[in-house]
Amino acid sequence: MFAAKPVNLRNQQVEGLFRLLFGIMMVVLIVPVLMIIVMLVYKGGPAFSWNFLFTFPTDGMTAGGVFPALLGTIWLVVVSLLASVPLGVAAAIYLSEYAQQEHWLTRVINLATINLAGVPSIVHALFGLGAFVLFLKFGTSILAASLTLAVMTLPVVIVASWESLQAVPRAFREACWNMGATRWQTIRQVVLPNALTGILTGIILQVSRAAGETAPIMFTGAVFFLPFLPAGVFDQTMALALHLYTISTQVPNVPESLPFGVALLLVGMVLIMNSTAIMFRMYLRGKKKW
Amino acid sequence: MVNFALQAKEDQHPDGSAAPGSDAPVQLAVNKLEIRYGGMVALSGVSLDIRQNEIFGIIGPANSGKTSFLNAINRMDMMRSNMTVTGDIHFNGVDIRQWRNVYALRRQIGVVFPLPVGLPMTIYDNVALAPRLSGKNLSRQALDDLVERCLRRAALWDEVKDRLNSLGSLLSGGQQQRLTIARALSQEPKMLMLDEFSIAVDPVTTMRIEDVLKELRQEMTIILVTNLVQQAQRLAHRTAFFLNGECVEIGETEALFSGQVKDSRTQDYIEGKFG
Ligand SMILES: Nc1ncnc2c1ncn2[C@@H]1O[C@H](COP(=O)(O)OP(=O)(O)OP(=O)(O)O)[C@@H](O)[C@H]1O
Ligand SMILES: [Mg+2]
Repeated sequence: MFAAKPVNLRNQQVEGLFRLLFGIMMVVLIVPVLMIIVMLVYKGGPAFSWNFLFTFPTDGMTAGGVFPALLGTIWLVVVSLLASVPLGVAAAIYLSEYAQQEHWLTRVINLATINLAGVPSIVHALFGLGAFVLFLKFGTSILAASLTLAVMTLPVVIVASWESLQAVPRAFREACWNMGATRWQTIRQVVLPNALTGILTGIILQVSRAAGETAPIMFTGAVFFLPFLPAGVFDQTMALALHLYTISTQVPNVPESLPFGVALLLVGMVLIMNSTAIMFRMYLRGKKKW
Repeated sequence: MVNFALQAKEDQHPDGSAAPGSDAPVQLAVNKLEIRYGGMVALSGVSLDIRQNEIFGIIGPANSGKTSFLNAINRMDMMRSNMTVTGDIHFNGVDIRQWRNVYALRRQIGVVFPLPVGLPMTIYDNVALAPRLSGKNLSRQALDDLVERCLRRAALWDEVKDRLNSLGSLLSGGQQQRLTIARALSQEPKMLMLDEFSIAVDPVTTMRIEDVLKELRQEMTIILVTNLVQQAQRLAHRTAFFLNGECVEIGETEALFSGQVKDSRTQDYIEGKFG
């Protein structure tokens, strides 16, 4: 009575086929990632040591550590976050909570923001050079480079924050408004606390992007080599991504383990930050509130 | 244990008390109200008076403009760029557009939505939120008392008194709806508007809430929008019938349900012939 009819059988075959297809896709995606990591660990691992992390490069960057570059990357990321996070979140709050959603201008701005996220980083670099280095006269400095990174990451911070804000059910807002809460009270008490996870995840993902980019900082504040550490935001700095580029293409006779070590460090930082974001998200999902 | 004035009242069997007559003071006066969304008219030509301490029922099929009507009273058109309201509404004798501070107006009018909305915070905070936001700096003790009083009036206290610090949004649907009512009561409103509150609530909880409403109307005016014709019959002193953006008929509930209608469409709707 419940024997599979021909139609059912066919559906099952199709189902199986798609399962296989998606499975293969996943393997195709995951294998190269694993290979990269294995190769980096295998070739760059030997370079890793305390000295590698905490000393200056020596012998014309063919030996020694990467401390100034590591510190420089941290400088750049932190300063760029100081600019992009408040600005991006504020813009997202405005677009999501205050602007008239159906208004054409709002739509144009939303669309423009999404498109800005796709602008190549070299274009941001040229903008940063013109705007921060030359026009605002910050010179090539941590400040100019960080602001350039901030401009580059801003659209994604806005879009991620906007999406998290929109994910908070509209009924929550209506309930608050009907109780006599102002828009800001509603945002502060109900919308923001519940959008925070998404916003933070978006920000952490941007941190790893800012840490890995070379083009935006190359003309604006990062240099190949500095014999001293930057003392403030108006100094130039070294940076890991640029350092990797330098020692693998510009400097002769670098032992192979060195660039691989730098790459491992960079990828490691990015992976750690991304996993933190994912774990953080899972942790908060576990405490799901509605 | 705190003693409440309300509990003393419970013994007086409020159900039997008389409906406010036509000479009763007017709580809400609506005149030639029209509501539009962009170019579309959602409700037009509504004029009615709602008396203090009455339960005023509004029945009508989907899209008849019932929710829009409630939103206009609470000035929600300010939060919706495409919604325009013309005509006038007087609350307590004052034009709602003249209220210096809409937030103060909204604090005097409690709203309950069709789908329960437990805000993602503790049960306690759900009820305490509005008093906290309104800037009255209540002491911890006063706030505790207020929360307990509101939860009791919403017939929820006994179920949640031991877990006031768990999330309000994780209560059952019926409990969340009573939480919504408790929250609506937290600012001692003069009027309570309920929009199809029983849509996501089981029959037993519905009956409990109906009992709550019968008691509440001793202290406030209630507008009850409902998709259950019998609910209006059970609770409302007077009932209005909305259809396709028009207020077809207003009358004493008893009269309407005993066939004394001016418009045959009202009769048809009550008898379940359409809608
Ligand atoms: N925010 C809005 N924007 C545009 N149109 C709206 C909006 N809210 C309601 N409408 C329209 O107004 C009309 C009346 O809607 P309303 O929600 O007041 O009906 P209702 O009587 O409450 O219906 P229901 O019984 O289904 O809740 C509908 O045609 C609806 O599409
Ligand atoms: Mg409705």
